[in-house]
Amino acid sequence: MPAASDALVRARSLTKRFNAFTAVDGIDFEVPAGGSFGFLGPNGAGKTSTMRMIACASPVTSGELRVIGMDPRTDAREIKARLGVVPQIDNLDQELTVRENLEMYARYFDIPAAVARQRASELLEFVQLAERAKDQVEPLSGGMKRRLTIARALINEPELVILDEPTTGLDPQARHLLWERLYQLKRRGATLIITTHYMDEAEQLCDRLVVMDKARIVAEGSPRQLIDQYSTREVLELRLPDADRGRRNGQLDGLADRIEELPDRTLLYTDDGERALDAVHARQIPVESALVRRSSLEDVFLRLTGRTLVE
Amino acid sequence: MVYRHQWIVIASGVVEPVLYLFGIGLGIGGLVGGVQLADGRFVSYAAYVGPALLASAAMNGAVFETIFNVFFKLNYAKTYEGILATPMGITEIALGEMLWALMRAALYAVAMLVIMAAMGLILSPLAILALPAALFISAAFSAAGLAGTSYLRTVQDFDIPMGLIVQPMFLFSGTFFPITAYPLPIQVFMHLTPLYHAVNLIRGLMTGILGWGQAWDFAYLAAFFVVFMWLATRQMERKLIK
Amino acid sequence: MQRSGSLAPAARVFLRNWLVYRRIWYRSLFFGFLQPFMFLTAMGVGLGGLLVASRAAFGGLDYIHFLGPGLLAATAMQVATFESTYPIMNKIMWGRNYEAMLSTPLGTRHIVLGELGWIGFRLATVAAIFLVVLTIFRITATPIALLAVPVTVLTGWGFSASLIAFTATQRNDLGFSWIFRFVINPLFLFSGTFFPLTQLPAPLQVAAWATPLFHAAELIRGLILNRLDPATAPLHLLYLVVFAAVGVALADRNLARRMRA
Repeated sequence: MPAASDALVRARSLTKRFNAFTAVDGIDFEVPAGGSFGFLGPNGAGKTSTMRMIACASPVTSGELRVIGMDPRTDAREIKARLGVVPQIDNLDQELTVRENLEMYARYFDIPAAVARQRASELLEFVQLAERAKDQVEPLSGGMKRRLTIARALINEPELVILDEPTTGLDPQARHLLWERLYQLKRRGATLIITTHYMDEAEQLCDRLVVMDKARIVAEGSPRQLIDQYSTREVLELRLPDADRGRRNGQLDGLADRIEELPDRTLLYTDDGERALDAVHARQIPVESALVRRSSLEDVFLRLTGRTLVE
Repeated sequence: MVYRHQWIVIASGVVEPVLYLFGIGLGIGGLVGGVQLADGRFVSYAAYVGPALLASAAMNGAVFETIFNVFFKLNYAKTYEGILATPMGITEIALGEMLWALMRAALYAVAMLVIMAAMGLILSPLAILALPAALFISAAFSAAGLAGTSYLRTVQDFDIPMGLIVQPMFLFSGTFFPITAYPLPIQVFMHLTPLYHAVNLIRGLMTGILGWGQAWDFAYLAAFFVVFMWLATRQMERKLIK
Repeated sequence: MQRSGSLAPAARVFLRNWLVYRRIWYRSLFFGFLQPFMFLTAMGVGLGGLLVASRAAFGGLDYIHFLGPGLLAATAMQVATFESTYPIMNKIMWGRNYEAMLSTPLGTRHIVLGELGWIGFRLATVAAIFLVVLTIFRITATPIALLAVPVTVLTGWGFSASLIAFTATQRNDLGFSWIFRFVINPLFLFSGTFFPLTQLPAPLQVAAWATPLFHAAELIRGLILNRLDPATAPLHLLYLVVFAAVGVALADRNLARRMRA
């Protein structure tokens, strides 16, 4: 029975503790059906612990969690039957071939062999691995293994697919191919939950997301909403000569809504970056290089936590 | 180079030949009257089997250090990839494992000699030479292990050297009973195996037989070492070029 | 969860192992034959030649008749031990197979039952081949010897389950060296496989009496040679059943704890 709200996942004061360490500290969120929902945050923010609780792999310490209207404490088997999970570290079966990985996994779900064969064929096409069907897993590239893991997560036609850091460790080309496949998956109507510490990935893939830091949720909304709410339209990135650092205090005042000093750059938040750059030049401040860009989730994170995502 | 070998695990490996000595030597030995040596003397079964267990321990330690450890480092252990990228790497790992095998053999040999001496199973002062002999045997089998490991592709392939070569030698090379129990053709065949000569050499030293037989054992093992060391070096170079 | 509901999911864990094994079954059968054959030739015939005068100590048996059945019990222990250490650790930690299985409706109980079912199958084949070898050496006495197959499986389950329980608590493979060195090898040598316990000093005899391999060796020897002692056989069997039951309970508990963290 789906819960009263049509959220696929609903958490209230959800908490995960490992002895003295609190990995997830009383978070609330709702994942709506359809589209993709992101958990953005640096490594160690509590994203994986949250995913493991949703996937019934790790018991909830306290708080309430409903997944597809059910309680992981009592209905783990039923929930898992309707979930697809793509873990952060690949756990493909190294002793089986590509196709066997899919068919055997289907058998774990008690899917009849004939159905499993057909779905495996379709999914191998979908993740573009059909010609590697008979190969062992080990020689596959990282991107191929990840695509196979995604295909495996889809073998039970899940209502909800959880992807934990799906592109971490992949080269740019493999990432873009994977994004494209996930986009196709979304268009087919699947609900995705994606964790990532890449802001470009969150912007590309997520319709809605929460920003996590230090076991808590610090903001929630669509990528656009978050940027509008926590940042300006544009950012002027300046690289200033090192010798000037000391004398810079005060020089840039009034040129932007907000100024962030990073070890290697200075960020000026403003709705019109070009005009701010003109003003910098007008004040004859020496600049090594300057770049005007649109605000991103990285800027949102910096605003919310005072730190960058990838450190 | 530093390898994170577990000292305690290697040291505790001493118990293996000692257990066999107690188990087979005394357990079975209590039921065997005596065994006739090559020079016609009869000795207790424990005194007969002890030197063979020492030689076998030297072989097993050497084969384990080289075949298993080098295989895992070459094929699996990702932490060694950095070292392996340089030509120095593989040769150093190989020689490093060989050195470990020698230290293992030295440790086991000393332990066995002390325990056998305490049990009154050492029949000749020549037994002290069993220590260098064990090192020599270990070097010979290490070379064979190094040469062999490069032919193995998967873990399952270990069945072949272990099941078809090492274990049969352990069982049949005059370790547990004199090979005169066999028909003549098999006796001739046993003379061709390296463990037979290793056992014969150490048994000779510990029971006080030193003659042409032992010189021949030594010559055989020296030739065995040279051939396999050459093969091992060649195999390693090939693996590098590829 | 009711038992009937656990067997079908466990069968899928079994099926996975079969899928891997069917690529190497011929090799496994070959060595399954070669090993006892070599051992019996060397120790039974060769060493046995030195023991012809000592038949009384072996209960009036030729040495090879004493050794062969004992070796089957020891082999059950060794196969079960090997299959339940490195491969299980691989599935827990290195290859993360169990993590993948547990993201499906399978639970740790199904995994334990499936793995034990698999070990049972492997041991049944090992025992069957072993009986063929024993028959070649004319050691099997009557068709009652066939009952050694289920006893071998039961013995293996005890060792396998206990070692799965142990493996589930380990963070690396160092502990296995200790288990092999200080548990499995001493049992192999001193549990009445190679020589009767009466050869041991009295305190060691008592210790050997307490080990599962001794009871397995006695029971299997009795069945194969058709010399079962009706007074002690039920006790040996009871020991093995309790050993397996305790092992299974511990394996179930420890694996659930390990995988739930």
